[in-house]
Amino acid sequence: MTIVDTRTPDPSDFIPGATGDWEVIIGLEVHAQVTSKSKLFSGASTEFGAEPNSNVALVDAAMPGMLPVINEECVSQAVRTGLGLKAEINHRSVFDRKNYFYPDLPQGYQISQYKDPIVGEGVVSVSIGPDAKGGFRDIEVGIERLHLEQDAGKSIHDQHPAMSFVDLNRTGVALMEIVSKPDMRSSEEAKAYVTKLRTILRYLGTCDGNMEQGSMRADVNVSVRRPGEDFGTRCEIKNVNSIRFLGQAVEFEARRQIAILEDGGTIDQETRLFDPVKGETRSMRSKEDAHDYRYFPDPDLLPLEFDQAYVDALASDLPELPDDKRNRFIGDIGLSAYDASILVSEKAIADYFEAVADGRDGKTAANWIINNLLGKLNETGQTIEETPISPDQLGGVIDLIKSGDISGSIAKELFEIVWAEGGDPAKIVEDRGMKQVTDTGAIEAAVDAVIAANPDKVEQVKEKPNLAGWFVGQVMKATGGKANPQAVNKLVRQKLEVEG
Amino acid sequence: MSDLTQFTIAEARAKLDAGDFSSQELTDAYLSAIRASNEKLNTYITVTEDKAREMAKASDDKRAKGEVGPLEGIPLGIKDLFATKGVHTQACSHILDSFEPTYESTVTTNLWSDGAVMLGKLNMDEFAMGSSNETSYYGPVVNPWKSKNSNAPLVPGGSSGGSAASVASYLCAAATATDTGGSIRQPAALTSTVGIKPTYGRCSRWGIVAFASSLDQAGPITRDLRDSAIMLKSMASVDDKDTTSVDLPVPDYESAIGKSVKGMKIGIPKEYRMDGMPDEIEDLWQKGIEWYRDAGAEIVDISLPHTKYALPAYYIVAPAEASSNLARYDGVRYGLREQSTDIVSMYENTRAAGFGAEVRRRVMIGTYVLSAGYYDAYYLRAQKVRTLIKRDFETVFAEGIDAILTPATPSAAFEIGDQEMANDPVKMYLNDIFTVTVNMAGLPGISVPAGLDANGLPLGLQLIGKPFEEETLYQAGNIIELAAGRYTPDKWW
Repeated sequence: MTIVDTRTPDPSDFIPGATGDWEVIIGLEVHAQVTSKSKLFSGASTEFGAEPNSNVALVDAAMPGMLPVINEECVSQAVRTGLGLKAEINHRSVFDRKNYFYPDLPQGYQISQYKDPIVGEGVVSVSIGPDAKGGFRDIEVGIERLHLEQDAGKSIHDQHPAMSFVDLNRTGVALMEIVSKPDMRSSEEAKAYVTKLRTILRYLGTCDGNMEQGSMRADVNVSVRRPGEDFGTRCEIKNVNSIRFLGQAVEFEARRQIAILEDGGTIDQETRLFDPVKGETRSMRSKEDAHDYRYFPDPDLLPLEFDQAYVDALASDLPELPDDKRNRFIGDIGLSAYDASILVSEKAIADYFEAVADGRDGKTAANWIINNLLGKLNETGQTIEETPISPDQLGGVIDLIKSGDISGSIAKELFEIVWAEGGDPAKIVEDRGMKQVTDTGAIEAAVDAVIAANPDKVEQVKEKPNLAGWFVGQVMKATGGKANPQAVNKLVRQKLEVEG
Repeated sequence: MSDLTQFTIAEARAKLDAGDFSSQELTDAYLSAIRASNEKLNTYITVTEDKAREMAKASDDKRAKGEVGPLEGIPLGIKDLFATKGVHTQACSHILDSFEPTYESTVTTNLWSDGAVMLGKLNMDEFAMGSSNETSYYGPVVNPWKSKNSNAPLVPGGSSGGSAASVASYLCAAATATDTGGSIRQPAALTSTVGIKPTYGRCSRWGIVAFASSLDQAGPITRDLRDSAIMLKSMASVDDKDTTSVDLPVPDYESAIGKSVKGMKIGIPKEYRMDGMPDEIEDLWQKGIEWYRDAGAEIVDISLPHTKYALPAYYIVAPAEASSNLARYDGVRYGLREQSTDIVSMYENTRAAGFGAEVRRRVMIGTYVLSAGYYDAYYLRAQKVRTLIKRDFETVFAEGIDAILTPATPSAAFEIGDQEMANDPVKMYLNDIFTVTVNMAGLPGISVPAGLDANGLPLGLQLIGKPFEEETLYQAGNIIELAAGRYTPDKWW
């Protein structure tokens, strides 16, 4: 495989060293657990958190004479993912055996795809940002391939003084290994790529992307070089299981390599582990100790073959993906790139937005969601799925502003009430007398009363027209904020004969 | 009452139907015979007496209700490679020490649902690796046949040596067997029984302990052709648990027996005339050719040019797959475990103690040929050879050949402990010289008893057919069976 450098070095990405600038090169192998009821080659459940060794079929335990049978659901999920990555779908792919001994690998081999993966080259567009000015920078990360493989089980070493325990529940669960090209040039880009990839997988419903449950993890290939030079020797950091750790691992590893090179040393190609406690990577095994996996086609499984009609049927059922949605939000609804990016970052947020914006002003809906709802959720540490305010309820609040029933400030109060107590916003406004006063008679009376009570201020306002605002504030206060501020403003200026 | 064990399946079937005896009586007759002889022949490693009686009683009860399956009440022996629920299943290896599966293989499930009765598990070469049944953890099987001039115990062939010897010595009506490179046909030839390896995919491999997955195929060993047809019909099926099994209807093989071979084209491959082949084998082959000519078949000289590469290529592909298939025997979940202080030495001690020498040899060969730097030179090349071998057959079949006639083995049964073979594994591997090509090409092949050599030991002829045309083999095999007649060993056991 020839590695093509698709990027133009960008000095803002460079890492300054003692002897000059360095550029970091990052490629990722993301292992994403396929969303499916049963495992890749058995009928056992994939449910997370079950009793140890309860989701284990005979073939998962590698009992003598047991044979794998491909789960078609996993195949269609891989194809859907390939389509979402705008990748080439291979109508014929081959399952191979990757041979090594480990107690949580009962067969003594992992069934994977080596030479002929189910999905070939694709691309992911990644937006980096927003920067300080709210701007975004778009990059494209090439996808080398996606292949299906079995997960291994779990070895547990802390349950017995001399023995290790093995839980085979994960054994044989389907994973998609998504291999990127070495197209990332900073930890920020790597984090943004994984975030975007996770977003795409979640939109597709092919992986839940829950990194804390191990549904997604990344092997990170890092190398450094002088800008414009050839790629350096890489190290692979195994099993990074959060986006934050990914950033830390890249930063540490890049600086480690730079320090070695600047000292006149060379980088050993090796596999490393990231220690989140110490925030550092350390050597796991060198290239010399690398396993010889003795890959060969699994004779228990025929090549996986399907036709274009199968791919077309899956393509026609594909949901709208984040990039298309973002473009539509900008083009059709008129949102800013910033707002659109935030709204499409999670499918649930985009769905929420579309429900609120349905029949309403999109920009208003976006503002309310981004400034109020997401802010509040962030404050309480809840996710969009856990929001106590439904799209209907938030839409109700917006409707009340539009109809002039409440002011913006009352609306914020109303939002808090609905958040805390629930209920129909219109009914709350009605029941609690929160409706703003639009009756000019009543407003006039209030204005007159304030003017009458403050003759000194009336004098001053002739010199300082800005003082009109004070009168508006007093009227609003007197009416408990329910008066229509525009109407108050207009009347105050009329009566004080101040130019508005 | 005459000895019920003398009846073929077809004969016993008729007599059970006629009410001449019950399955329980028939089963008891076999159980007594096994009790009397097994020590001498060592064909059974487990006799499931209680289970056999239970199944026979259930069969008689079914029959009383008018429910009669194609193998109703017929007592069978099962090669130890087949998983039998709750019953010893060890592939005759120490590494599967005490293993009793919680599941039943598809092939045996088919047999039981057709009414058959299980007598026990049959001896075999460890993990089906061998041509003499001498690699079994349970010791060698003794061939019921003896040389005219010697009383020395002979091998029954392998790996299905227990199956072939049991059938030849009347210790079961028929037996299941498996064939990866000749493991059905070679022992059948050495015991004057009929052994068919059906087309790859004809019988499900689910629940059969794997040796080399792309070559393994189950088939029966029986006393005659008709019994073979009856057994194969029951054993064969498509199976959604084995995606390499094939969804084609299973024909009534029996009805093919007796059909004329007039006009059939029988191919005689010149490459099977090996250097140093004993005259007796050559003569037998010529005799076979004459039988077909007499029956009105057309004899056609053909060429299968890549034949000579088949055996070396087989001994790359089969060990490669085996090295991976046998990785699961690691002492972690079942079978033997040699305790140790760390995982690696536990693996090493367990596998060293659990696998016999031949299995270890093949695991090492297989590991070697798949290793980085050797894969292309060995495994990949062997696979290319395999494609060429397959193409050789496709070419002659496309030219109108219906079946190919060859010797089944290069020699008759040899002595247990033959030093020449013990000291040179390649000499042992040469036993499969005529049979491996069929596995490499995934074709059906049958070995039919064709006569005795000068020492009075049986020899067989092999017929090779087109994919899924086992019927042609039964049709053509009948000519050999009719012409050669049936040979049975003089009872000494």
